[in-house]
Amino acid sequence: MQNNQPEIAIETKNLFIFYGSFAAVSEVNIKIEKQKVTAIIGPSGCGKSTLLRAFNRMNDFVPSSYVTGEILLQGQNLYSKNIDPVEVRRKIGMVFQKPNPFPKSIYENISWGAKINGFKGNMDELVEQSLRGAALWDEVKDKLKKSAYELSGGQQQRLCIARTIAIQPEIILMDEPASALDPISTLRIEELMQELKQNYTIIIVTHNMQQAARVSDYTAMMMLEKDGSRSGTVIEFSETKRIFTNPKDKRTEDYVTGRFG
Amino acid sequence: MNHSHYPKDDSFRVSLNGRYRIANLWQGLFFSALVIAILSLVALLYNVVDGAFGYVAYEYKHAPSEFTAKPLDQLNKQELLELLKTNLSSGAYKKLDNDKPMGERSKSVLVTLVLERLFQIDTKQTWSMTDSILHSNDIKAEVADKYPKAILEFRSWLTPVFLTTPMSSKAEFAGVRTAILGSLWMVGIAILFALPIGTGAAIYLQEYADKNFINRIIQTNINNLAGVPSIVYGMLGLAIFVRTFEGFTSGSMFGVTDSNGRTVLSAGLTMGTLVLPLIIINAQEAIKAVPDSLRQAAFGVGATRWQTVWHHVLPNALPGILTGSILAVSRAIGETAPLIVVGASTFISVDPSGPFSKFTALPIQIYQWTTRAQSEFHSIAASAIIVLLILLLTLNATAVLLRNRVQRKY
Ligand SMILES: Nc1ncnc2c1ncn2[C@@H]1O[C@H](COP(=O)(O)OP(=O)(O)OP(=O)(O)O)[C@@H](O)[C@H]1O
Ligand SMILES: [Mg+2]
Repeated sequence: MQNNQPEIAIETKNLFIFYGSFAAVSEVNIKIEKQKVTAIIGPSGCGKSTLLRAFNRMNDFVPSSYVTGEILLQGQNLYSKNIDPVEVRRKIGMVFQKPNPFPKSIYENISWGAKINGFKGNMDELVEQSLRGAALWDEVKDKLKKSAYELSGGQQQRLCIARTIAIQPEIILMDEPASALDPISTLRIEELMQELKQNYTIIIVTHNMQQAARVSDYTAMMMLEKDGSRSGTVIEFSETKRIFTNPKDKRTEDYVTGRFG
Repeated sequence: MNHSHYPKDDSFRVSLNGRYRIANLWQGLFFSALVIAILSLVALLYNVVDGAFGYVAYEYKHAPSEFTAKPLDQLNKQELLELLKTNLSSGAYKKLDNDKPMGERSKSVLVTLVLERLFQIDTKQTWSMTDSILHSNDIKAEVADKYPKAILEFRSWLTPVFLTTPMSSKAEFAGVRTAILGSLWMVGIAILFALPIGTGAAIYLQEYADKNFINRIIQTNINNLAGVPSIVYGMLGLAIFVRTFEGFTSGSMFGVTDSNGRTVLSAGLTMGTLVLPLIIINAQEAIKAVPDSLRQAAFGVGATRWQTVWHHVLPNALPGILTGSILAVSRAIGETAPLIVVGASTFISVDPSGPFSKFTALPIQIYQWTTRAQSEFHSIAASAIIVLLILLLTLNATAVLLRNRVQRKY
């Protein structure tokens, strides 16, 4: 392509997210680029998870929650009336903070999502592909029929990633995917993200500044608004390099250099 | 600053001793509560067992020597059959043979028949197990004095024959087979009715219902229904199942003619209604125990709510649901009041053969026997209570086994 305009995977417009009357996240306008890793960082309670879960309508399960504004996927507002949240989650997969494989076999963990979404191809191939994609194949190829609960925490988390890529989403959301893991497993997941971004757009929430710096191309810095409303917002969003070397906002600088609070 | 607001050294130890005294006092109270509970359980069991075993003094109306030279327990099956055939009137023998071919009856059943029809046992008096053991000499003297012709025997009223014989007007020959089968039919129908409905309602309340005002009222009402006295359910069963839906519960809708609404089906449905709130509550607990992370995992790969419930929530909650339901139903098996209202038969010797049969149940049988004046009926009532308790324990043990079998997976 000739024009240098980056391709946008998903974009928010004037997004507010409420729990009841409390606006946990307000006025977020960001454009997430395709096949890049975007990190969301910020202090605890500033609404990172809330924002992330809004992208695949996981917040729908909190009865009091609702959003205003728009989240656009290929120009379609995910929150417009005619959009089915199941379809949204089919296109935007999620990996959770705590590994949560199904209490089934390793094989079934991958095949179940494919089955319910009407996958017609060769299931064995899909399982192998997904496990390879999550850098887990070599460790589990001989025990596919064993329970997923026999895997270590790090392996379980990679299984959850494999489960997500098996349904071939466009975007993968990850909420602190390595926070429950040891440094070696963390490293593997980080390497994995570098590979995955060849095919997927990744949005990751992390508390680990080094991790954000290592894995992400873009970073969104979130912070509670100054006015005391306890509402979080994105105060700065740009290339990760910039956020860490030459941030525009003083608060960002304080936070990434550890002088926050 | 050296000054502290906390007690130090000696005064600390004094206050510590005070804390221990209070702790010991409470521990003692809890322990005595446990002792009282255990004692009352032991007393209950002892009371039951005490009645089911003991001395019995009986006479034969017709001396065995009038029929056979050999003692009864040395006769073989062929000789027993011969004995009955020659001494019973041919009409009576034919009737017995029609009920169940004589050749197919077991030896112990034939012995019972000989005792009942030919020798005609007449029980004079029975004694409890405690009396029999502690005052055995007094009892022997009393019997020798009062009933010189009587035979004194230490017997267990709980025998295999007791379990397999139907009701009889004579305590010596009465059994609980009809009642056991009635109870099992009733519980089976109750489970078939209440388990699917209860599970369905629990799934709806846990997985679908909003936490709004109306649903909170429904939830509160279910909790309250679980505490409604069982007789009220009996009235409900009488009004609805026995009367309003008589066409269905009597089976006349399906061409069964000789029945009214007082069938085992009505009783089963009434018991089902009785345990329904308990089953719903237990199932809700089991469903609540399935962690949310599992639901999120399913939703996260694009599952609908139904797929999440059917493939993940329900399979993982099922052992808990079954355990809870078995425990709920074991309450139904001991219930008496609703059955009296719904109309269990107090004297019936025909096994229930289907949902539209008349029936009796163990608690009804026990209740009926305990109201009789003769002491031998109290003995068989005690035996029937033991049968009921064993049935209950079996159900509860199944529930516990089921719960322990499923390893916690998450
Ligand atoms: N289910 C909920 N109901 C009501 N309020 C909620 C709910 N979940 C989160 N919140 C509130 O929304 C705000 C943002 O929470 P969120 O979990 O998004 O923060 P976070 O940035 O992910 O924090 P952390 O880094 O600790 O995970 C908090 O004030 C929190 O109390
Ligand atoms: Mg969070």
